[in-house]
Amino acid sequence: MKTYDAGLVDVAVIGAGHAGIEAGLAAARLGCETVVFTMNLDAVGNCPCNPSIGGTAKGHLVREIDALGGEMGRAADACTIQSRMLNRGKGPAVHSLRAQIDRNAYSRYMKHALELCPRLGLRQAEVVDLRQDQDFWLLTTRLGGVYRAGAVILCTGTFLGGKIFVGEASYEGGPDGMFPSAFLPEALERLGISLRRFKTGTPARVLRSSVDWEKLEVQHGDEPVVPFSFETETPPENRDVCYISWTNEGTHRIIRENLERSPLYAGMIEGVGPRYCPSIEDKVVRFPDKERHQLFIEPCGLDTEEMYLQGMSSSLPEEVQEKFYRSIPGLEHVRLMRSAYAIEYDCCDPLQLDAALEFRDWPGLYGAGQFNGSSGYEEAAAQGLVAGINAARKLQGKERVVLDRAGSYIGTLIDDLITKGAADPYRMMTSRSEYRLVLRQDNAGERLTPLGRELGLISDRRWEKFTHWMDLKKRELRRVRGTNLPPSEALNRALVSRGTSPVSTGVKLSELLKRPQITYRDLKEADTERPSLPEDVLESVEIELKYEGYIRRQQADIEEARRLEGKRLPVGLDYSQVLGLRLEAVEKLNRVRPENLGQAGRISGVSPADVSVLMIWLAAHEAEGHGTVHKEGAG
Amino acid sequence: MNATIAAISTGQAPGGIGVIRISGPRALAVAQRVFRSRSGRGLAEIPGYQALLGQAFGADGEALDDCVALVFRAPKSYTGEDVVELSCHGGLYVTRRVLEEVLAAGASPAGRGEFTKRAYLNGKLDLAQAESVMELIGATGRQAARMARAGGSGRLSRRLEKIREDLEGVAAHLAAWADFPDEDVEELSQAELRGVLERCKAGLDSLLAQFEKGRIFREGLRTVIVGRPNVGKSTLMNWLAGRERSIVTPYAGTTRDVVEEPVSLAGVPLLLADTAGLRETDDPVEEIGVAAARQRLASAELALAVFDQSQALSGEDFQLMEELRQVPAIAVVNKSDLESRIDEEALRKAFPYVVECSAAEGRGLEALEEALAALLGTSDFDPDAGELFTQRQRRAAASAGEALDQALEALEAGVTLDAVTVCLDAALGDLYELTGQRVSEAVVDQVFERFCVGK
Repeated sequence: MKTYDAGLVDVAVIGAGHAGIEAGLAAARLGCETVVFTMNLDAVGNCPCNPSIGGTAKGHLVREIDALGGEMGRAADACTIQSRMLNRGKGPAVHSLRAQIDRNAYSRYMKHALELCPRLGLRQAEVVDLRQDQDFWLLTTRLGGVYRAGAVILCTGTFLGGKIFVGEASYEGGPDGMFPSAFLPEALERLGISLRRFKTGTPARVLRSSVDWEKLEVQHGDEPVVPFSFETETPPENRDVCYISWTNEGTHRIIRENLERSPLYAGMIEGVGPRYCPSIEDKVVRFPDKERHQLFIEPCGLDTEEMYLQGMSSSLPEEVQEKFYRSIPGLEHVRLMRSAYAIEYDCCDPLQLDAALEFRDWPGLYGAGQFNGSSGYEEAAAQGLVAGINAARKLQGKERVVLDRAGSYIGTLIDDLITKGAADPYRMMTSRSEYRLVLRQDNAGERLTPLGRELGLISDRRWEKFTHWMDLKKRELRRVRGTNLPPSEALNRALVSRGTSPVSTGVKLSELLKRPQITYRDLKEADTERPSLPEDVLESVEIELKYEGYIRRQQADIEEARRLEGKRLPVGLDYSQVLGLRLEAVEKLNRVRPENLGQAGRISGVSPADVSVLMIWLAAHEAEGHGTVHKEGAG
Repeated sequence: MNATIAAISTGQAPGGIGVIRISGPRALAVAQRVFRSRSGRGLAEIPGYQALLGQAFGADGEALDDCVALVFRAPKSYTGEDVVELSCHGGLYVTRRVLEEVLAAGASPAGRGEFTKRAYLNGKLDLAQAESVMELIGATGRQAARMARAGGSGRLSRRLEKIREDLEGVAAHLAAWADFPDEDVEELSQAELRGVLERCKAGLDSLLAQFEKGRIFREGLRTVIVGRPNVGKSTLMNWLAGRERSIVTPYAGTTRDVVEEPVSLAGVPLLLADTAGLRETDDPVEEIGVAAARQRLASAELALAVFDQSQALSGEDFQLMEELRQVPAIAVVNKSDLESRIDEEALRKAFPYVVECSAAEGRGLEALEEALAALLGTSDFDPDAGELFTQRQRRAAASAGEALDQALEALEAGVTLDAVTVCLDAALGDLYELTGQRVSEAVVDQVFERFCVGK
């Protein structure tokens, strides 16, 4: 086909989903001429699965993205129709914010944000070829445009080699009825990148008026609504509700009777599905003793009558879907608007990437999101942000930015992907972080805003607001640690009403707040000197005091871990030259090429004994190195 | 690590057989330069686990000894490397000569514990097992050797596994409960959670208690034989030592110096010290001996207080009883072959255990061993159970125990469960370190201090 020179850019982003948006915005905001390609301009920031942002551990990711100057938190706040803080009562480490969003509004918000961003070009085009040409990457579009780019970020989501499955029907296709990216996989394989197949699925969308609400339990949002973004001045309002229902033995029977018509069980799908987000047929097969499974019926937006059936994804034939959905209380007469489907797609083996999400063997080529083997909008956005920042910095000759496990969920996510790889679509969970109590969603801003500012992604206005907030917190911490409350009737009434013991002498305010049962609110009457402070400052101070001992414990672990992270392994070391390593370890180490001893120890197949060997090897290696330096000095 | 190492791996004492072990990538080649088989087959020609009969030769062609060469091929050997074991006829001189030739043929002398270190680094042993082998090498008493063997067979790791599995089960449940709020994961009841934590804590406590008892077997006790002159202390010493260690005469005050001898009693290694009889004396030499005896008594972990059954208790005896109040002691009533004139009632009041014996006739050993085991609380000690036995292991177990205590406290105080899981994770981390499933730099440093890394 005839091609033409479509121009030169710094950064080209392939895909305008959640990863591509953050990647493109970050690169452009950091000063790079950036182009973001999308298959369909009406699907920028599309949410082809659940109409919600956040959730356990994902809420943490959104807060971290926000602290680093990403867009996702602001967009979610602008489009929230219901918000809940999950896991209240289970402890601050696992509190997680989740917002139902208006998915059309979200998509429009994101498209507009890209359109308004200086230095960013949003282009509807399918990239069909990708080649290296000396210092540049050449991207060819379906219509013959050839772009030259200094860096390329692959954010192809489920489009890459996408294939749809519904029962016996299957065809090449992207999500939500869009075209797949059918040519790019071949181009990537020509480069030598190893690809594999993953699959995921989504439930049906149904017509609101066909649901019998009388039979369903209502789930309201939390009041007051807490926003994701530190920049959101006016918190969003709860404007709609969700509903809960349950499957039953009848539902399960219909599913079991039709299992052989499921493309997964019939062996048509080769891709590996997400363990943590199974289809309803998976749940029924894997947990035969479970009498019922919960589902949530969630609005897709304020200007649409589509409802999403969370927890009920399926790839069974359309007629079977209709049958089993209608066996659920409240859905007896439900009308399907979009059928549930499974989608299979190409993604890379993330072991090929480094901590900046750059392919180790293809400098200037980055991956983010589902392309890297993750699942979820938030996981995608987090990676897009890191890839975008690093692509920009590389072109500007700056040092790359690596987030570590001890500092963020984003760092944990990336480290897991590039160290352990992904056997199935990777979902973030609080249990993936060994530093849960330190990496909370409430302190994401404190942890990462300074880095975001340093990078140049935090505005002066926000920085000022942040430093003011930090100042309020510090002052309040100092006040409660220094304030003695005399024993008073009001104080003891408050203490006893919470089931804790009264005091007979003066007691430090901080000591009282350390009691698990006592909150700031309880002490309002007795704490007469209290300044008027924002709710989130009080919350932050209270958590810090209450969990001080446990946080200190994790901080000690972090220091120990950082010592091992500090032991850098030489780049390009051939591990077969390190004697004493077991064969499996040599193979894994040569594949992952860890950057330091800590990362080496997290590779599956590398045993503690192997780490000891590396430790000793490093010590010997360093001793040799010092010897050489010494000799040079002497000579 | 690529050096081929060699050492005499049997004890450095005259014995039936002396074994030189050679390990490393060049083990076969090195051994072949020293060993020639009778059949003419080379070591490289035979598969692993096979032996050749032949002779060891010096570099000058001199035949040193008849010899069997046993070949192990990597990774199926103790160290995981190629290994040749040359079994000679023993005799210190011959064995050492063969080793010299092996070293001359290109092997380096193995450092202390280096074979075991290589076995660990090659994944043949876990950390607990490697430590057991180190203990076995250094074991002084029968019980200690059994304990080390129980550790080496992985029994300790298995005991810990139970605790670890319990904790992992709870941690996984709590993680699912927190991470999947939409999946109606059942909440773990407080009682259930506390039950598991307490059970694990009890398991660790019992391991730690046994560690203290086990320590007696591993390290032995500084034991002093005391008593007034001429009650038969030196006779007792010689009897327990099984040889004439102290000079025995009918004259009071013969022993002037402190005479030491390691013995094993009821499986417990005792560093036995025979001392001068305690009495007021004008003899300046004897007085120095008495002072040394008192000093030894002050630092002893165990005292055998010897009394003469044929004589009534004297003032010196009563003074000794007074002095012994601070030291765990057994009253040994010697000369049971003679007519009794002693006030046993008084002895029983002063000592928890009183045994009669005749050191001269060699009678009463059983009673003494029973009393010792009862006094130390070691009679029900099972050396095969699989115990903690290094300070590193003890510290890790104790630290896991503290983390569980903190978890239980948090639960009791009503702190949210995320804090409890932090403590659970910490306890699990300690257990992983204990068994070597996880390494931190500190662990490896501690262990390899004993493995002489860098040699």
